[in-house]
Amino acid sequence: MSRKIKKAFRSNEPYILIIIVILGIFIQIRSGQFFTGNNIVDLLSALIVPGLFAIAEFLALISGGIDVSFPALASLSAYATTKMLLDMGYEGNVIVPFLIAVAIGAVLGAVNGFFIGYLNLNAMIVTLGTASIFQGFMQGALRANQLSVIPSGMKGFGTASFITATNKVNGLTSILPYTFIILVVVCAAVFYLLRYTIFGRGIYAIGGNAQSAHTAGFHVERTKFLIYIIIGMIASAAGVCRVCMMQQCHPTNMLGMEMNIIAGVVLGGVALTGGAGTLTGCMLGTFLIILVENSMILLGIPTTWSDVFVGLVIVIGVSLTAIQSARSSKGKKSAAKGEA
Amino acid sequence: MAQSLLKAEHVKISFGNVHALRDVSLEILPGEIHCLMGENGCGKSTIIKIISGVYQRDGGTVEFNGQKLDKITPIDAINLGIQVIYQDFALFPNLTVAENLALNTELASRKKTVSWKNVRKIAEEAVAKINFQVDMDQKVEELSVAQKQMVAISRALMSNAKLIIMDEPTTALTRKEVDALFKIILKLKEQGIAILFISHKLDEVFEISDRYTIFRNGEMVAAGNMKELDDKKFTYYMTGREFADKVFVAENVSDKPVLELKNLTKEGAFSDISLTLRRGEILGITGLLDSGRTELALSMFGMLPADSGEILKEGKPVKIASPRDAINCNIGFVPEDRLSEGLFLTQSIGDNIIISEIDRLKKKNGLFDHKKRDEEVEKWVKELEIKTQNPDNPATTLSGGNQQRIVLAKWLACDLDVLILNGPTVGVDIGSKHDIHMVLQRLAGQGLGVIIISDDLPEVIQNCSRVLVIKDGRIKSEYDTQKVNEKMIIDDMM
Repeated sequence: MSRKIKKAFRSNEPYILIIIVILGIFIQIRSGQFFTGNNIVDLLSALIVPGLFAIAEFLALISGGIDVSFPALASLSAYATTKMLLDMGYEGNVIVPFLIAVAIGAVLGAVNGFFIGYLNLNAMIVTLGTASIFQGFMQGALRANQLSVIPSGMKGFGTASFITATNKVNGLTSILPYTFIILVVVCAAVFYLLRYTIFGRGIYAIGGNAQSAHTAGFHVERTKFLIYIIIGMIASAAGVCRVCMMQQCHPTNMLGMEMNIIAGVVLGGVALTGGAGTLTGCMLGTFLIILVENSMILLGIPTTWSDVFVGLVIVIGVSLTAIQSARSSKGKKSAAKGEA
Repeated sequence: MAQSLLKAEHVKISFGNVHALRDVSLEILPGEIHCLMGENGCGKSTIIKIISGVYQRDGGTVEFNGQKLDKITPIDAINLGIQVIYQDFALFPNLTVAENLALNTELASRKKTVSWKNVRKIAEEAVAKINFQVDMDQKVEELSVAQKQMVAISRALMSNAKLIIMDEPTTALTRKEVDALFKIILKLKEQGIAILFISHKLDEVFEISDRYTIFRNGEMVAAGNMKELDDKKFTYYMTGREFADKVFVAENVSDKPVLELKNLTKEGAFSDISLTLRRGEILGITGLLDSGRTELALSMFGMLPADSGEILKEGKPVKIASPRDAINCNIGFVPEDRLSEGLFLTQSIGDNIIISEIDRLKKKNGLFDHKKRDEEVEKWVKELEIKTQNPDNPATTLSGGNQQRIVLAKWLACDLDVLILNGPTVGVDIGSKHDIHMVLQRLAGQGLGVIIISDDLPEVIQNCSRVLVIKDGRIKSEYDTQKVNEKMIIDDMM
């Protein structure tokens, strides 16, 4: 048993969990408002879009790549979808917008996937380029500006409450929208994909050693291509969720999210070099960032400081995990010596 | 004569204008241990890649098990029973042992989903074949090199291999591990599996192989029974040159030591090491891989400063706490892993040579003197016979032996008093190895103090005047190399 615990502590997840719990207790002591229903619901609701993005980024990192284009990609597909439906005077349910956006996302993702998978170009450079293209396309070709009205189906979906929590002390109510279910479903699907399908194990294998994966018989190029399509689909779904929840569509306000998302995923122990990391870690790391971003008010710190604190958490978190991994590799060496 | 398992005849391949293989033939009998030898760049790896379907040949025929092989893919080769264990083992470092073992089988079964119970079962069966004990849930990156190799072998055995090709399998292994590997190879032979063993070390293949084939410059130069091969023929076939190996005799040894260590100790690595080195001497330090010999080398160069003890340079105590301190004391160091620690691989050969003396290559006004640089580069390329068309090419374009010469040149350019070399000829072919030895002997003759740290005993005995044997971090014994043989040293090492 103790060996299992030791093994668990060699990875990042328990440390991040501990930091989250300590932060939670600290905020609870300072404000008395942390462990209240509405705060938790608020946090979960704030996790939805970043959580989906994080899952998408996680897939890219695991395969040994990276994607910095997802905010632009999500903005473009969500904006194009909303604009198109508004122009058509669409009044139906939310399924159609999701389908359209995900389809656009798949096409845009395929562009990334083609360059990264089949042409074997550096993922960072490709997605930097396509991010610019997506953004430029949106602003140039679509002449994007803020859409303050969105189709009623989307609006309804974004405001309908799945769980409502009321704070007994101050009477504030928070709702958890149905979009949360999308996060849960995507999370479960990606977990299954990575853990129980050959395709998913192939993603890990490629991230670990693409050459060996090729010799072992994985379709490396095709797998990479498909990964970026999936990323495009998940990111676009996140984009639509965001539009629904905000009740309006803004062409640029998701841009710039990529750095915090990547930081959260890496914080959760996902290696930038590919192949290593778990979905649990990815979600925990993302949650930690959300927690810091959203708890400033409870601590009485002006929200203008939030970037500083998020930055601090990233630096401290990454150093902690680096120190512990250095320690564990040291332990490994001495253990190997002991055996010899 | 038995029917051959693999018969490659007149195989040719070229990449652009380079004829990697001009005309080679290779025949392997069922259940034999066959050794393919040759210097770097002779085409050993190329023929393996052709047999295993990675490259497509331009001409010639390949027959396996009586079946003509035309355009095949790596998967076809595996299905036919040809398995290659590459030097990097082609494992997935981020996955567990169990998964590494089972992945290929799972993939071949064309299932879409993974059953973890099944993975476990496949993996258990795989290691059982060679009685290999390992924690199935450990990640492969946490294993030792020898363990990784066993994982690779176990994996290769799973797909009913008839021929297992091992590309320089002993390079990173300790002696003990090599013995364990050989036991397994013999066991595989009993099971009727043929082994093609790629190597450039005669001593280790001699004890295990039945037959050999030697390539040189993309051509087959010799093949036959191992028993008929001796050292001299081997060297000749490998290089096309005949060498008169010169045993080093120290001349012009200075009276005063140039470097002295007194009771140098580093917790957990070595303790109480005292030694003296005089100018004109080559001192050998040998020991097992984990004896502390590498740590000692690093300490002398300030990369792993010792906890206690003294270092004296020309009789004066000096503090060596960083490589810069060591360089200021005119001590140079050629690391074990020259690729990652000794060279800027993607930079030009010339820049690699002058990097350590760059401070001295400036004009009066403090700017970099390009003319002087070019003169220095030219001088050392000539001096050490570095084979390159153009010193502006990146260091990656050179063979292992020539890369090692750059590392040497880099240090020699800064007028050293002491040069410490850790494994100077690891991964270097025979011709270059000989040349490097000659350079070191010549340098010692010119008054340099040289320390060679190596577990290549013939190298140590031939090139050093004295040898220290280290065991468990302590000096176990010291010998005059004129009066010692390999066995005495091995007995002390173990």
